[in-house]
Amino acid sequence: MEFYIQQVLNALQVGSVYALIALGYTMVYGILTMINFAHGDIFMVSTYLAFFFSTFFLAVFSNASPLLVFVSTLLVAMFGTALLAVLIERVAYKPLRTAPRISAVITALGVGLFLENFMVAFKPVGPAPRFLPPLIPQINYTFGGVTVSSIQIVIIVVSALVMFLLDTIVRRTMVGMAMRAISWDKFTAPLMGIPVDRVISLTFALGASIAAVGGTLYGMAYTIDPYMGIRIGWWAFISAVVGGIGNIRGAMLGGFILGFVEIFTPVFLPSTYRDFVAFSLLLLLLIFRPTGILGRPVAQKV
Amino acid sequence: MTLLQIRSLTHWFGGLRAVHDFNLDLLPGELVAIIGPNGAGKTTIFNLITGVYVPSQGEIRFEGQSLIGLQPHEIISLGIARTFQNIRLFKELSVLDNVRIAHYARTHYSIWEALLRLPRFGQEEQRVRYEALELLDIFGLADLAEVPAKSLPYGQQRRLEMARALAIAPKLLLLDEPAAGMNPAEIDQLMDTIRWIRAEFRLTILLIEHQMRVVMNIAERIKVLDFGQTIAEGTPQEVQRNPRVIEAYLGEETIL
Amino acid sequence: MMKKTFWDRWGTPLILLIGFALSMALPASGLINPYIELVLKYIGINIILTISLNLVNGYMGEFSVGHAGFMAIGAYVSSILTVWVFPAAWEGVLFPLALLAGGIAAGLAGLGIAFPSFKTRGDYLAIVTLAFNMIIKSVLENLEVLGGPRGFMGMSKLTTLWWVYLVVVLVVYLARNFVYSSFGRGVLSIREDETAASLVSVNTRQVKVLTFVFSAFLAGLAGGLFAHELQFINPRSFTILKSTDMLVMVYLGGIGSLGGSILGATVFTVVMEGLRSVLQLLNISQEWRLVVAPLMLILLMLFRPQGIMGLREFRFLIPLQERSEAIQKARETARTQRRIGEVRS
Repeated sequence: MEFYIQQVLNALQVGSVYALIALGYTMVYGILTMINFAHGDIFMVSTYLAFFFSTFFLAVFSNASPLLVFVSTLLVAMFGTALLAVLIERVAYKPLRTAPRISAVITALGVGLFLENFMVAFKPVGPAPRFLPPLIPQINYTFGGVTVSSIQIVIIVVSALVMFLLDTIVRRTMVGMAMRAISWDKFTAPLMGIPVDRVISLTFALGASIAAVGGTLYGMAYTIDPYMGIRIGWWAFISAVVGGIGNIRGAMLGGFILGFVEIFTPVFLPSTYRDFVAFSLLLLLLIFRPTGILGRPVAQKV
Repeated sequence: MTLLQIRSLTHWFGGLRAVHDFNLDLLPGELVAIIGPNGAGKTTIFNLITGVYVPSQGEIRFEGQSLIGLQPHEIISLGIARTFQNIRLFKELSVLDNVRIAHYARTHYSIWEALLRLPRFGQEEQRVRYEALELLDIFGLADLAEVPAKSLPYGQQRRLEMARALAIAPKLLLLDEPAAGMNPAEIDQLMDTIRWIRAEFRLTILLIEHQMRVVMNIAERIKVLDFGQTIAEGTPQEVQRNPRVIEAYLGEETIL
Repeated sequence: MMKKTFWDRWGTPLILLIGFALSMALPASGLINPYIELVLKYIGINIILTISLNLVNGYMGEFSVGHAGFMAIGAYVSSILTVWVFPAAWEGVLFPLALLAGGIAAGLAGLGIAFPSFKTRGDYLAIVTLAFNMIIKSVLENLEVLGGPRGFMGMSKLTTLWWVYLVVVLVVYLARNFVYSSFGRGVLSIREDETAASLVSVNTRQVKVLTFVFSAFLAGLAGGLFAHELQFINPRSFTILKSTDMLVMVYLGGIGSLGGSILGATVFTVVMEGLRSVLQLLNISQEWRLVVAPLMLILLMLFRPQGIMGLREFRFLIPLQERSEAIQKARETARTQRRIGEVRS
């Protein structure tokens, strides 16, 4: 029993990160009906931003409080990643907005692989896995046979907070309303006085900064390397599709489902079957329910 | 024997009833028009006949065979061709290829014969080439056989679409607003063309049209649709006098 | 005039024959060094892959990013045959059979991808093919009999330059025959307007199945050649990265063009190999080479989406009956033999 509770906690931890990244895929799809294949690698870059900043910060202020270290790292990673995403959108995607839709998807694929291979070739990063310095002290709490670490708690709580915040932004604010309007009808939206370009950039920025939250949290718990954009990014992408791409709550649900797939596959099968299970799940879903679990045709987008 | 028989055809788009209890008997050689204001469900009827949508209810028979549940290409292969309200040519492809593509169902060689260039491939390709060029010649487009369809002016695109439809060797031709976007002179010419191909190719024609002049001049029978329902039918003279038609077309009395 | 028709008829076969003689003689005579020979082989294999992907992405306008999966199937199946099944003494003779079997196995997998394409297209089909690519890789990694993640080896170097040459010529010929047939026109019509295609009697499902199977078959052939050149394959050779290389070659050469595929594959291969020497010369890490392909893809999409050829075709790749003169002649015949009058206009 304790074993399963422990695994559920682990699944929530991994699932939170998937969900955070999946949100970026889903938001961009919702607003532009474009799969931003580069998003996984944008997430990867965010972990390196967190890595470099926190290493530098801790070297300069070695006795800064954990809260300050954590929050400043988070903010820097979010801001830097958002900037990168907006830059990519402006340079690589925007000129293709009137081109056949598939052109932008191919470009996104190219951008993703470019980021990945660039980071591999770029000396200060390189292909070797790295650890983030400890941002907050790791404390283990044991209840019965179940161990919960302070990092685990931070990951789950911060993720939940961010998701709640985003859901509120999209549902309750003017910006969210503009996003939903564009996703409904991007031809009429500008006629209603909605600054489409700015809202699209904002969507990319928002998606990227949420991925950066995921990236920082992920880096606190696991090693990071340039290939994680593919490894983690694809899983997050599957999460978005499973939940119903274009649907924000679907992305969260999908993230947790994939978290459970990741943690519980090794319980029943050799762990090398994880990719097989995840992608088979994706394939089956696409064939039998292409709109995903929560996706309803057109309605309920972003 | 009726060529096309439609019985209590009804179609819903979600909560919207686009076609309601539509009935039609088309005899071989007839030219029947369906008229009605925008959104009356006319094009939907064409889409139901050709299998683009599967009707919610009702029966469609062509030469006695039910069309319900058949794939569009199967229905077309039985001898039903159509043109489109907003010209749908294969824009990047040559004029000749546009017509040859419509020979697909009547080209008789297997993939192996094509890949290995076996004799039957050559014979069939030659036949298709000649037939297609002949059709283009008839429509005065043969000299443009190799230019991409998108570079033709509007009027010629309409004619190419008609040539493409005839390449199917149809018994029944469905024309969806062929006069759309034409000036009066072009419309006169179009009416001649329709009469002419009908005689030459021994066609039965079902026509959707907005231009009352076309309908009143060439149709033998007219069905008037409004909000998916048939509100009147009869000869052009009968329909013209029908008070419900006048009411539905109140704003367009002058055209009538 | 006479001279022209002679060259039109016999020029291409003659040049092909000379090419074949060269492909046998050059490596044997030592006129080209093994590295050049290797690059030539890669160009050939890449031409096959590019034509394969171009059929689906360029001609049909669907979107596959998983063609490396088909290549993997061809590579593994042909390798299993030459290593485990064929007697060692006969493997040279039976090599084409192994290639064929690899192609057929890949073709069957292509059938599996064709069915989802009935309902979905565009980016959703891209996800399906991507998932397929990932699943193939994951299955291979878990098949311990085939070496799992370590890979499969023991193949002899059966991929000679003249074999590559023969297969490339055959593939170009078959692809040309396919493209210039009723099926090929069906493929184009799907790209232009799928609904309209089905409404002028094109059996779109049949066309899709044929195209996916044929395309996958070609990728499988290329996989077999690749495996017997490297003599060692592992699942990591067939990732999305390989699929991306194919995308670059297709869009570089130009969609919907066989000549473009040949050019795209050649230019890409030469550039990538040239870069290897340049980086070595400048003492820069070879890892930067991998940055170039994605960058090329982005720049192509932004600045020249039609590629080098852009829907055009080399004259020698167009069948005689489809060339302009032949069409004009056919037009005259059709005019004189016309059975009914011209429409009044």
